[in-house]
Amino acid sequence: MIAEFIAPTVSWGPLAPVVVVLLAAVVGVLLEAFVPARFRRVAQVTLSLAAVVGALVALALAWSTVKSTGGYDVLSGSFVLDGPALVAQAIILVIALLSVLVMADRTASDEDAFAPMVSAAPGSDYEKIATTRGMAQTEVYPLVLFATGGMMIFGSTGDLLTLFVALEVLSLPLYLLSGMARRRRLQSQEASLKYFLLGAFASAFFIFGIALVYGATGTLRYSEIATAVATPTGTEGLLLLGAVLILVGLFFKVGAVPFHMWTPDVYQGAPTPITGFMAAGTKVAAFAAMLRVLYVMLAGLGWDLTVVLWTVAIATMLVGTVAGLVQTDIKRLLAYSSIAHAGFVLTGVAALDKQGPSSVLFYLLAYGLATVGAFAIISIVRERSASGGVSGEATALSQWAGLGRTHPVVAVTFLLFLLSFAGIPLTAGFVGKFAVFSAAVHGGAWPLALIGVLASAAAAFFYVKVIVLMFFPASEPTQASTDAEPAAAAGTGTATLLQTAPARVVTTTVVRPNGLATVSIAVCAVLTVVLGIFPGGVLDAISQVAAYLP
Amino acid sequence: MSTLATSLTGAVLAGALPASEPVGAIPATGAASGALWLILLPAISAALLLVLGRRADRWGHLLGVLAPAASFVVAAAIALQLLSAPADQRVQDVDLGSWISAGALDLHAGLRVDTLSVTFVLLVTFVGSLIHVYSIAYMAHDVNRRRFFAYLNLFVASMLVLVLGDSYLLLFFGWEGVGLASYLLIGFWNHEVDARPGHDGDHTVSGVNALENAVAAKKAFVANRVGDLGMLVAMGLLFANVGALDFGSVNAAATGGHLSQGLLTAIGLMLLLAATGKSAQFPLQSWLGDAMAGPTPVSALIHAATMVTAGVYLIVRSQAIFDAAPNARLVVVIIGAITLLYGAVVGCAKDDIKKALAASTMSQIGYMILAAGLGPIGYALAIMHLVSHGFFKAGMFLGAGSVMHGMNDSTDMRRFGGLGKHMKITYATFAAGWLAILGIPPLSGFFTKDPIIEAAFVVQDGQVWRAWVFGLVTLLGAAITSFYMSRLFFMTFEGKERWEDDVHPHESPKLMTAPMIVLAVGSVALGGILASGSRFTQWLAPVTGSHEHGEPVLPALVITIVTLVLVIAAAVLAWQRYARQPVPTTAPAASWLVQAAREDLKQDAVNDGLLVIPGTYATRALVFMDGAVVDGAVTGIARGTVAVGDAARRPQTGFVRQYASTMLLGLVALVVIVLAVQS
Repeated sequence: MIAEFIAPTVSWGPLAPVVVVLLAAVVGVLLEAFVPARFRRVAQVTLSLAAVVGALVALALAWSTVKSTGGYDVLSGSFVLDGPALVAQAIILVIALLSVLVMADRTASDEDAFAPMVSAAPGSDYEKIATTRGMAQTEVYPLVLFATGGMMIFGSTGDLLTLFVALEVLSLPLYLLSGMARRRRLQSQEASLKYFLLGAFASAFFIFGIALVYGATGTLRYSEIATAVATPTGTEGLLLLGAVLILVGLFFKVGAVPFHMWTPDVYQGAPTPITGFMAAGTKVAAFAAMLRVLYVMLAGLGWDLTVVLWTVAIATMLVGTVAGLVQTDIKRLLAYSSIAHAGFVLTGVAALDKQGPSSVLFYLLAYGLATVGAFAIISIVRERSASGGVSGEATALSQWAGLGRTHPVVAVTFLLFLLSFAGIPLTAGFVGKFAVFSAAVHGGAWPLALIGVLASAAAAFFYVKVIVLMFFPASEPTQASTDAEPAAAAGTGTATLLQTAPARVVTTTVVRPNGLATVSIAVCAVLTVVLGIFPGGVLDAISQVAAYLP
Repeated sequence: MSTLATSLTGAVLAGALPASEPVGAIPATGAASGALWLILLPAISAALLLVLGRRADRWGHLLGVLAPAASFVVAAAIALQLLSAPADQRVQDVDLGSWISAGALDLHAGLRVDTLSVTFVLLVTFVGSLIHVYSIAYMAHDVNRRRFFAYLNLFVASMLVLVLGDSYLLLFFGWEGVGLASYLLIGFWNHEVDARPGHDGDHTVSGVNALENAVAAKKAFVANRVGDLGMLVAMGLLFANVGALDFGSVNAAATGGHLSQGLLTAIGLMLLLAATGKSAQFPLQSWLGDAMAGPTPVSALIHAATMVTAGVYLIVRSQAIFDAAPNARLVVVIIGAITLLYGAVVGCAKDDIKKALAASTMSQIGYMILAAGLGPIGYALAIMHLVSHGFFKAGMFLGAGSVMHGMNDSTDMRRFGGLGKHMKITYATFAAGWLAILGIPPLSGFFTKDPIIEAAFVVQDGQVWRAWVFGLVTLLGAAITSFYMSRLFFMTFEGKERWEDDVHPHESPKLMTAPMIVLAVGSVALGGILASGSRFTQWLAPVTGSHEHGEPVLPALVITIVTLVLVIAAAVLAWQRYARQPVPTTAPAASWLVQAAREDLKQDAVNDGLLVIPGTYATRALVFMDGAVVDGAVTGIARGTVAVGDAARRPQTGFVRQYASTMLLGLVALVVIVLAVQS
């Protein structure tokens, strides 16, 4: 006999932001089917931007209720919209908005960053036809919306099963998006496959951890697990193992050592606007989920998990910093920088202090803005061949030498993001670092804060390296070509000419964005400075709602 | 006359008013809420003058004068408001908002508008405006006059931040700001090596002098860094133990008895170290004399009236700490006593008019520091003497500048003499300052210095010997002051004319004499106005509290009479030696004491011996160590890091199987760690 199914009552208000984004994603898929090709791009971009802005508005409407009542609990804990969830969703939406602008930008060369026909084998005739016809893979936008929706749910659920579903909803589109780069397609596809395989591996750990926790406590709800943790039953070993496995799944998503190894390869291979989006958005989502898991579900295991958090935080800071020092590719360099940043954020998480959530969220906002902005700039710094044709991104560090002279505005903006990464005062990055380290000290984790300060001092070194390279190049590597050739021809030696000539064929230039990316970069830059000088309002707002619903 | 003295000084000390405690701050209202403009006006002007560059050369000096004058108008409005307010509303806070405010993290900025800070603001803007006016003429031939005014405005703005800030942090901002401005102004002529054609009244500086100016600027910079160290340590101690740096919290903690005696003493001594650096007190006094290398208006503004008194302000502002740390306060008195004698002795032997005045400044600030160290009975006296000293010393510096103006920039008093006939206004105004600093009634100095001497004679903490020692030191100081100031005055304005033939002394232009006249009026009348009816003590009472005064070990009348007798005797002695008898144009051979005094009591030799020579060797050793050990270590670390980086990069093979196995190993390691810690 089948028990009568009783439909649960759903309060749709708090769900509205997520529903708007996911619904728009579904509509986006339908647009692909029904809208003529030449209108698709405009329709998709408009829809995506409208959905993200609409979701932001919905969040803003929920703000005052969340602030006064502490938040909503939908579907008995499957979805929670409390202060930290709301702030994390808002940050994710801001990042998505800025990223979509960068993705939609086709620059002066009238090409976006995505392959015209992803299913075509690299180098095939089919690809050439797709390129000459000016086709575009506009599925990018619904995929981004799906990922955004997944990210929003990831940090806002009080239920392990929903957490897992959200993880997959946010991950699968990103695996796809990573493989869609217009140039260096093989590298991009390799990145996609690697990300997928390792992500699946991490998901396996994650679901295994959920199973163990379920076995130990008999429930999937955070609040009930928290109660079970507090009452000894003799299954603590199981529970602890499950907790570690769940954390490993989350460590993989934030790129913490030793689960970080996909990060440089994927960040390098993925289309640059996607790299910015996932570097910023995934971290926000995963840290929001991690905070909720640690502060709500596993609060009773705090002591036992501290050692895990400390070990991973220290290893992450050290590996990110040290490996970053020897990188020669700007995208890989920022990938290691993002690993180091994950370590800094982990110090705030490991504080297990009530200042922890608000400081971590502010840090993620600061980091996210600088990341989206920095990768947007990387996407417009291009190689130019001797014939004058602009091709792919100039990602080798040596190609950035002297950018401060040739393109001062772009270089100064990039400098600003680097300063924020390095945590120099008067940038948002400084306030974020200050906040997480002081949370760590407040929570008694001062050794972590100390290592964090030392590591950020060391990490500053590789940002400074880029700055020096841009503004004070040792020689004039790219611009010297025209001057050097007559000298070489005049008899300084044919050997020199032969050795250096091939390297000089390609020069570095900056393509002009068609406006959307400019807006995005400008917003990132302005917010980075504003949050650095007047962080008070935002910090205040975040810390006012920093309490989790039980 | 003696009745006048006793009635007035007695009133200052004894006061008809009952003992009262400092009052708490209220939010600013009325004119006080616009206190930020006090700082903004000169700051904006300085920024404009620096940014516009040569374009502002034609009118820059006018803007430069206007800014502090406008600040003065605002300050006067605030002062009137405070005067008409009841005592419990005379301490007001202007909230400038917080930089960061989230949870426990709260960095906050605000201005403290109270009778103490407003007193300083009035002094700084009023004397500052006069000196700006004077500088128009004094610097008329300087091609960089606009830049000079920009620096002067910057100085005024920084000084106002220093006195108006409501926390040690803001105070420190101002503290560093005035240090920077002073550094820029002392070194103002450092790069002008015979750049302009020399003519009368022009300040041509030779290469040697330029170098000396740069060295002087550096010396001031270094001495101030040592003092700043004290300030930083004090702030660190306060922040670690109080958790805040604003005056309200610090005072509450100091009076609340939560801080240990030792800690309070340490904080007090560190603040004192800061004060000695900024106020040229022993043992950091050496820079002040050399700082006279700067333009004379700078000496008048910074090294007489305002910046050097910041140390006194700091101590009075920190009275809650010093009141709770009697040992630190005793050290303050001792430092004040040493410096006042030191400066006085050095002043007796200097032939350079500006250096003699600098020594005198040092000595007079010694009086103020000593008064501040005496505690509640002395705070108001210190500030009162500070105000009147600001007038008469600035007046005398401007007078010295006027003399130099007429004497081809010579500062050698042995080459002056008989100038009174040639520069009547300078003579008269300088005489007012001279009589004021001597403490001749009814001029300002009498009403402000005599109470300090009297207060020094008061027994405190039951220690009778202290009253006698400090009382006699101040008395002796007054006598020596009288001697060296009279010597300076007579050598310059009286006696035979000793200058060379190509010098044609003449009176300075009106733009220079007018400020001197105003300051002279202040030198004559201000002390009496402030002291009568204990007006000034009452005015400051909301900040410093007012206290019943103890009985001096000698009757007040006796002290006054003895002081006056000694002062007049010393002046007469100086008259005998420097006006009646001929003064040799080169310094004669003299006893070891005079020799030592001419060399600032060997301060440079002491500094060389104690600091510079060991410092040089330490530096050399460090350079060697740096090359051998540190560089080695750094190169080693760099190599090591790159090696580690390579090692960290090596597992990054690009193979998914390897990444996955690393993840698995990482997981196993974490589980092992967790289980190991748990068991």
